[in-house]
Amino acid sequence: MAVEATTTSMAGSGRSPLERPLRARFPDRLLRWVLTALAAGILLLIAFFFVRLIVEANPALSKFGVLHFAFDNDWDVSRSIYGALPLVVGTLITSAIALLIGVPIAVATAVYLTELAPRRVRGPLTVLVELLAAVPSVVYGLWGVFVLIPKLKPAEAWFGRTFDFIPFVGADVAGPNYFIAGLILAIMILPIVSAISREVLATVPVGDKEAALALGATRWEMIRIAVLPYSRAGITGAAMLGLGRAIGETIAVTLVIGNAPQIGGTIFEQGYTLAAVIANEFGEAANNPLHRAALIAAGLVLFVLTLLVNVLARAFVVRGQRKRAGGPAQGQAAIAAGGPPV
Amino acid sequence: MSPEPVRSREQQRATRAEPAPNGSAAPKAEPRAPRATAGSDGRTVRLEGLRAFYGDAEAVKGVSLEYEANRVTAMIGPSGCGKSTLVRCINRMHEEIPGAHAEGTVRLDDADIYDEAVDVVAVRRVVGMVFQKPNPFPTMSIFDNVAAGLRLTGRRGGDLKERVERSLRGAGLWEEVKDRLNSPGIGLSGGQQQRLCIARTIAVEPEVILMDEPCSALDPVATLKIEELIDELKRDYTIVIVTHNMQQAARVADKTAFMLSGELVEFAETHTIFTNPSDSRTEEYVTGKFG
Amino acid sequence: MSAMSVLAPISGRRRRKDKVARALLLTATLIALVPLVLVIYYLLKRGLGAISWHFFTSDPTGAFIGDPGGIKSAILGTIEMVALATLISVPIGIGVALYLVEYGRDSKFASVVRYFVDVMTGVPSIVFGLFVYIVLVIGSLGSGYAAWKGAIALSLLMLPVITRSSEVVLLLVPDSLREAALALGAPRWRIVFRIVLPSALPGLVTGSLLAVARAAGETAPLLFTAAIVFGTSFNLSDRMNSMPIQIFNDVGQASDVLVQRAWGAALTLVVMVLLLTLVARLVARRSRFT
Repeated sequence: MAVEATTTSMAGSGRSPLERPLRARFPDRLLRWVLTALAAGILLLIAFFFVRLIVEANPALSKFGVLHFAFDNDWDVSRSIYGALPLVVGTLITSAIALLIGVPIAVATAVYLTELAPRRVRGPLTVLVELLAAVPSVVYGLWGVFVLIPKLKPAEAWFGRTFDFIPFVGADVAGPNYFIAGLILAIMILPIVSAISREVLATVPVGDKEAALALGATRWEMIRIAVLPYSRAGITGAAMLGLGRAIGETIAVTLVIGNAPQIGGTIFEQGYTLAAVIANEFGEAANNPLHRAALIAAGLVLFVLTLLVNVLARAFVVRGQRKRAGGPAQGQAAIAAGGPPV
Repeated sequence: MSPEPVRSREQQRATRAEPAPNGSAAPKAEPRAPRATAGSDGRTVRLEGLRAFYGDAEAVKGVSLEYEANRVTAMIGPSGCGKSTLVRCINRMHEEIPGAHAEGTVRLDDADIYDEAVDVVAVRRVVGMVFQKPNPFPTMSIFDNVAAGLRLTGRRGGDLKERVERSLRGAGLWEEVKDRLNSPGIGLSGGQQQRLCIARTIAVEPEVILMDEPCSALDPVATLKIEELIDELKRDYTIVIVTHNMQQAARVADKTAFMLSGELVEFAETHTIFTNPSDSRTEEYVTGKFG
Repeated sequence: MSAMSVLAPISGRRRRKDKVARALLLTATLIALVPLVLVIYYLLKRGLGAISWHFFTSDPTGAFIGDPGGIKSAILGTIEMVALATLISVPIGIGVALYLVEYGRDSKFASVVRYFVDVMTGVPSIVFGLFVYIVLVIGSLGSGYAAWKGAIALSLLMLPVITRSSEVVLLLVPDSLREAALALGAPRWRIVFRIVLPSALPGLVTGSLLAVARAAGETAPLLFTAAIVFGTSFNLSDRMNSMPIQIFNDVGQASDVLVQRAWGAALTLVVMVLLLTLVARLVARRSRFT
């Protein structure tokens, strides 16, 4: 980096005036050393935890074999059988529902706020959308259990009756079920998908938009031919970050999914997810080493899954940030804050 | 220091006919296909007391002038004099800037484009614009770029392909890209990109073409090609070109308008502006006393 | 063709598509806000009734019927654990950010660190709880649940968030300030502490407050680290109650009075988080560089 500054030493020390005495350089060295150690410490920490997770999960993984653990459709605590397929499937189903409902609304909101909203309204509306992220997970869970589940049951039953020709839709509605969990997840991922999408949409070069308008395009046509194609990669990344969030969300899901270790036949049946099983069964697993190891193994699967999704997501978002002046730092910090940038 | 002596258009045409000294010069412009649609020559554009604002700041202070049909008019003046702002009022792009608005009248022949009954989108189809920085749509191929405006109005299929080819020929780009119409528009060189943007603009058959410093981001060879193109295009369109390069104005424009601090100082035949201006401020500008 | 006819409005189909698209986008935005409105509505409707002086000043009694007690221990527990987590994660987080900005702008090592910090922000909070559980609760170092272990789990959650937002803020401090100081002969450490940190302070505070707000609402990391206890405690090496855990616990019970208390606690928690977020935004507005 820049050339280190020098101070003139005291007269009469006998050394060149350009040398700095060792004592004066010490604080700089110390600072640098401490900060570097902190940074390195982070990497070591991550590696360390990864290793310990594997070690603790090992009893379950070695007993059943990794593949069987992950893909056997039988999670039965009473018989000490731990096949995590219902959990994995439940995680995927609820996340899929969350993406299907949440991403279109989040992206539409982002487009509205960046391209169409009148200037005076833009700020307040943006703050309101971001407030969705401020509600704690347990509060969404509480609200889900006592408001969403009872109030939506009739509508779900009607939907199930009317559309039962669609696969995975049926008239039998359990109170807590995949759909409610997916719906709450959609609400919870909305702020982050919208915030990242807004960042991405803001990088569309003004020249592209002007070119479209100057050709005689309506506002929507301009969005369609200049804004959206440019933002495709970044918005995909935003959606994947939402997916990562949905996969890992624990408390709200465990309160509204029913925690049934089965693969439900329809979206209105009860289910389970990787995250929910850990939260739900940890109490009773305290004295059962195999059960505990199985839960930790579920945690390991969850960890790996979210890592993969996040790594992919970041690649997409960074690609979609292309020529922004601030560089990837701005967008990634938005990701980091779990929502809008500071 | 006095600027390069301004040569008359005839003298310039004569020298241009000679082959370029550098052997790697771009191929000569191919003959243009004449415009097939009958009866639509460029229209007159008349500004009457046009004022343009950014918030409360007035950038164009009551300008009235007339751009003659099928002629090239240059707008010159120092940075910040309002020439770009004024031109952007002609296709109503100025009002796209948040907080900006315009007052006054801009007539296309006899119709006021600022009239309440007029659809701003329709204005922009009739008045096209080429920007300073070439802006082909980055996710589209060369073909799709030129077709973009046409697709908006619902053209498709064979008719579309024919029009795209005609526009690319009209922009002098056909021979260079005809074998790679599906490659990305941004893969072209700067000068080619700008000609692509011109092709895209003329594809929708406007009547007026506005050019906001179209060559300032280009190298001299590309600039020359575009200036030649402008000379051809004026057969079919009314052209207004904003330029900070006086030599360019002298080369391409029939008439020239000189603006200063939002006001129109002088408007006359190009030759007159550069050799015998009536206003002293004009004279000072064109002789390089300020800029 | 007269000019006026050429300027006639464009096709009705295009106009309609434009109008419909715009309406749909606006509708989507309003739909996005419906859950927010509904959550706040029900929080107020069902939670206000639980709020009372008694609510805030008494501990949960553990009873299912009759007087369930209030949430005093939960509030205090959250404050204690979040405060400890903040004390741990803010210096470390800002420290790592300082490293990335002052020493690591071009180094490969720094990009690796930055990348992994980024990745850490996507790790589910329950996994952090699991980490601490494995290492500190049952591992060779472990010996049961404790509040400080819960605080560590929370600080793991806050750390990457603080690091990344601090890095953005520190990068906004103009290099010209640093260069001017260097040219005057100031040593690096002085520049950091006298120039960079003070200029970035509002942004750093905002980022930290937002992380605190997030941590205050987290349940999963505390489930098997600090666990739950009903009495108020100031003993960090023992179990401790917290707002999210208290709510989570009450929701699972089939008792009206407990559910009622859960709503009251949820309302209190949301108000706490919103206040923190509000303060963070106000501080951000005072920043010179955003």
